[in-house]
Amino acid sequence: MKVLAIDTSNYTLGIAIIDEEKVIGEYITNVKKNHSIRVMPAIEMLLKDCNLTPNDLTKIVVAEGPGSYTGVRIGVTIAKTLAWTLKIPLVGVSSLEILAAAVGRYFPGAVSPLFDARRGQIYTGLYQYENGKIKTVEKDQILQSKDWAKQLTNLSQPVLFVGNDLPLHREIIVEEMGEQARFAELTELNPRPSELAFLGMNRDGEEVHNFVPNYIRLAEAETKWIEANQAKDSN
Amino acid sequence: MGEFIMEKDQYILGIETSCDETAVAIIKNGREIVANVVASQIESHKRFGGVVPEIASRHHVEQLTIVLEEAMSQAKLEFKDIDGIAVTEGPGLVGALLIGVNAAKALSFAHQIPLVPVHHIAGHIYANRLVTEMKFPLLSLVVSGGHTELVYMKEHGHFEVIGETRDDAAGEAYDKVARTLNMPYPGGPHIDRLAQVGEPSINLPRAWLEEGSYDFSFSGLKSAVINTVHNAEQRGETIKPEDLAASFQESVIDVLVTKTLKATEEYKVNQVLLAGGVAANKGLRNRLEEAFGESNVELVIPPLSLCTDNAAMIAAAGSIFFEKGQRAGLNLNANPGLDITIHNQ
Ligand SMILES: [Zn+2]
Repeated sequence: MKVLAIDTSNYTLGIAIIDEEKVIGEYITNVKKNHSIRVMPAIEMLLKDCNLTPNDLTKIVVAEGPGSYTGVRIGVTIAKTLAWTLKIPLVGVSSLEILAAAVGRYFPGAVSPLFDARRGQIYTGLYQYENGKIKTVEKDQILQSKDWAKQLTNLSQPVLFVGNDLPLHREIIVEEMGEQARFAELTELNPRPSELAFLGMNRDGEEVHNFVPNYIRLAEAETKWIEANQAKDSN
Repeated sequence: MGEFIMEKDQYILGIETSCDETAVAIIKNGREIVANVVASQIESHKRFGGVVPEIASRHHVEQLTIVLEEAMSQAKLEFKDIDGIAVTEGPGLVGALLIGVNAAKALSFAHQIPLVPVHHIAGHIYANRLVTEMKFPLLSLVVSGGHTELVYMKEHGHFEVIGETRDDAAGEAYDKVARTLNMPYPGGPHIDRLAQVGEPSINLPRAWLEEGSYDFSFSGLKSAVINTVHNAEQRGETIKPEDLAASFQESVIDVLVTKTLKATEEYKVNQVLLAGGVAANKGLRNRLEEAFGESNVELVIPPLSLCTDNAAMIAAAGSIFFEKGQRAGLNLNANPGLDITIHNQ
């Protein structure tokens, strides 16, 4: 069993190959560079370095979002096409869950991974380990970081925040939560593709054709169209 | 023991996602369609009055593997039979192009099949090769929602843009005028239909530009149409929409046909190929057929299904570029502003 994991949903570009109980190869960069140019060469190089060919792969796991719409689509398109043409299962995992899975394992509390979503907003969710397994406490969503932090003060346990965009929201979070908020260290801020691979390894494959990214939000034009039509209906 | 040198058939798989059609096709030996699948998103974009890039990209992700599977099963082929994967590199909507380009790269990598990048307009021109063999030198009149160009080709894979629009594409002018006349998107076919029953009785400008230029300009004409409608409204007069459509269409076609004829003579070409979505326009087809009826220059107009965006045309062009050894690596990117002369090698 050789699982290929692909994460291009945010600035971090991550590719990993795992065997049943071993990370064979992992490639991570965190630079503002074009994913479209770099993902396939990265996959090719990693497979080659691990002495594998595409036909050795038995499963594809992809970060399904939230994140950059274009970024998520690049990873999902490659993952869908590879899974379809190699006739192997495809599994999608939340881009936020990847971050939470890595840091939450030894943390006695909940984990709030986050990506900046502009204008004070963040993509986030709430995750927690239970008997060695990660569980979703609050599903992935988009909201003001201030509102989110306020909401979390109702919890009677510490919350660990993780993600490369922490600096943008840290102050706001501390203001609301004080000591209840904890922050992951620099080396843990990039989503680990090997974590993604393990999260997807034992999950059931999805119907490849129907697999779509989790954008969280509708396209802007669609939202406006719905608003306009609701206004028309209520007139 | 006798040895047979068997000419193996060449199969090229084409992928096109530059705008609002998700398309995959397979072409045998450059000219024979063995599969041609197009999933159109037009119904989805209609309510917005035009193509919304983000929504187009989302649809491409939903459709592409389905369309791929349909094409492979139509062709009854497996990937080991495919010699090259041709994909539209540009121009087009960047987010939309990215889906086709990345799917093509994944296929190329999974099966170690050469990747051949294709310019979208080169594709439109090569749609003609699915109708009849190209006879060089030739001239192609490319008219679509995003393009109005005269392209001269002295041989396969050589493209020289001798004229292009300086502002709006002809198709864009059609859509804008259609909006002025309160017609639904896309407006081109509606105007064409109206024009068939109207009289070109309204005087509208024709932009010939400077002597000897093969360039086009349609923004002045578009403004003239809008002004005509507004002025009539202010005077309380009514203009028959069919007459306005006919007058507008005649102005567009006059310029297109006259410049094409002139270029045909100057460049001494053997063939004139019509290409692009506006090639579906009846008025344009009729006028070109009239103009070239007596001439010994062959006029080729592909059937409607090959004029609008499709992947058969991308595979047809890809077949030639494949033979010429043009290849892309796995670092191929979408290029929304791609120049057609990339193929001149
Ligand atoms: Zn086109």
